[in-house]
Amino acid sequence: MKPFTQVRSRVAPLLADNIDTDQIIPARFLKVTESQGLGTHLFEDLRKSPDGSPKPDFFMNSPVYAGAAILLAGRNFGCGSSREHAPWALAGWGIRVVLASSFADIFRANAMKNGLLPVILGEETLATLWQSLTPEAVVTVDLARQIVTWPGGSAQFAIDPFSKTCLLEGVDQLSYIMKFEREIALYEARGAQERLP
Amino acid sequence: MRPRTLLEKIWDGHVVAGEDNAPSILYIDLHLVHEVTSPQAFGGLRRRGLRVRRPESTFATIDHSIPTLRGVVADPLAAKQIETLETNTREFGIRLFGRDHAQRGIVHVIGPELGFTHPGMTIVCGDSHTSTHGAFGALAFGIGTSEVEHVLATQCLLQERPESFEVRFEGSLASGVTAKDVVLALLARIGFDGGTGYVFEYTGTLMRSLGMEERMTICNMSIEGGARAGMVAPDDVTFQYLAGRPGVPADFDASVKRWSTLRTDEGAVYDRSIVLDVTRLAPMVTFGTNPGMGIPVDGIVPDPASLPDAAQRVSLQNALRYMNLTPGRRLAGHPVDVVFIGSCTNSRISDLRQAASLFRGRAVAPNVRTLIVPGSETVKRQAEAEGLDGVFRAAGAEWREPGCSMCIAMNGDEASPGQYVVSTSNRNFEGRQGKGSRTFLASPLTAAAAAITGSITDVRTMV
Repeated sequence: MKPFTQVRSRVAPLLADNIDTDQIIPARFLKVTESQGLGTHLFEDLRKSPDGSPKPDFFMNSPVYAGAAILLAGRNFGCGSSREHAPWALAGWGIRVVLASSFADIFRANAMKNGLLPVILGEETLATLWQSLTPEAVVTVDLARQIVTWPGGSAQFAIDPFSKTCLLEGVDQLSYIMKFEREIALYEARGAQERLP
Repeated sequence: MRPRTLLEKIWDGHVVAGEDNAPSILYIDLHLVHEVTSPQAFGGLRRRGLRVRRPESTFATIDHSIPTLRGVVADPLAAKQIETLETNTREFGIRLFGRDHAQRGIVHVIGPELGFTHPGMTIVCGDSHTSTHGAFGALAFGIGTSEVEHVLATQCLLQERPESFEVRFEGSLASGVTAKDVVLALLARIGFDGGTGYVFEYTGTLMRSLGMEERMTICNMSIEGGARAGMVAPDDVTFQYLAGRPGVPADFDASVKRWSTLRTDEGAVYDRSIVLDVTRLAPMVTFGTNPGMGIPVDGIVPDPASLPDAAQRVSLQNALRYMNLTPGRRLAGHPVDVVFIGSCTNSRISDLRQAASLFRGRAVAPNVRTLIVPGSETVKRQAEAEGLDGVFRAAGAEWREPGCSMCIAMNGDEASPGQYVVSTSNRNFEGRQGKGSRTFLASPLTAAAAAITGSITDVRTMV
């Protein structure tokens, strides 16, 4: 995994609660065997009208947000299915950070394995941040210092130390687990009787 | 030893190792695999030159992208995904309940059916409805594809311990009210993210009185409250269900003795608790675009203006606009176009028996398309042995081959834009059952009633 240190970018708005994984990447695009290429279908049904024409008010259809790497959403972002296709699609389009007031558990875990940083900020902080931004304003997300900085303000965010290190150093979690080979083998050698309480 | 919850007991029993300031290395007893979320994980193993550590603790099936009509898989993308799973399971030595297997079915239906799901296990699958298996007193949860690769390679996961949330259901259910209504009522009460960070433990007099299939329906939808897992302490109902199934341990009686200790100790403290009395519960139907937006079938569509919170108001307005529903109106009587009875929530034999009890001697309303999709080949055979397929066909419903079908609408079974579907599945997200489709989640009884009358109906008037 590519290390994550700092992102400086415009902030693309998706100001809604409960953006579920079916909105992020509809199930009909899951019939793939690779993780690449899903960015082209990111938010497919949110960004297009029923007739297939682009919705002018959706951020992905505005040249202002071309190349934006920070997404601002509401509460419970990424709820629903366990599909890792959701962070793959976000990262595939170029999103590196999602700012939200809360995330669904599985999405959050999946995102961090793909160098996509979920940042939890309070609802009021998110509102202040959004109101103070012009579309061209550049926001900085600094993981080492755990701070989001925007023109006229900043806010600290929390992240557990393990996830932080994994992202900063690009730690491969499978390699990390494999360091415990001896402990895993010892555990497996115990019978079912000893494994249960 | 200090009193512990069921969750703590299973968790403690599976922690292999852990460093300070890092998640635990948690051992996984059973890994279920399907065609949609596994190809990239097997690809990762191949790139690293790794093998599957415990092929005997892993099994695979095909359910999400498989058509429910017999014949070749016409969609080339679906066909490739299915062939990829066939190749991967062959190459890595994993047992596959493949397309022609007599026990194939939805992964969360066949796991318990084959007796692979045991109390006290840790169970994972690249599917959020893995929570279903918690009905047996297992810690079962959905994972992403990177984690599928971790488990294939090491039989372990890096996990932070979740907190415990007791959901106590007291009382008994009125006629026409089912386990599905109970879980929809819970979600309406705590909201779509009320369980984030928690594992539910369902307790109370109601849970003890429910059969395993009903317990599975409730645990299945734990994730719709944000909880990755839901569990029920095992009891005689659990052990009787498991007895004689092919996957149970050879020392079954000794296992039952061991499993009997899997209950929350007297004096153990949950991180959160809630009590719901189900005695007066009515059949539930969702009106919105997440499973927490449910009301009693005789209730009225809520008015966004009545909500104090601006964000909630916007969410509700958006949901009602998508559903094209008017605040203040009754849901009952709303016309429906499609009825879907199936999914890992409600496609087991007891669900089909309930639906058939309503269809017997009645007909599907004109202009309603009704799709009935059994959860597995085994469920299908059982239903046919009981003549349920004949009841459905005589009523004018379609009787299909097992699979996820219109719950996720990636196999060709879908509703058209703007159509209203009464569905026994678990998610009513925008476009979930086909682009532009509108979903009302409900029980198999309520779904069957809607199929017959052509509109949302209080099934208590028909049973």
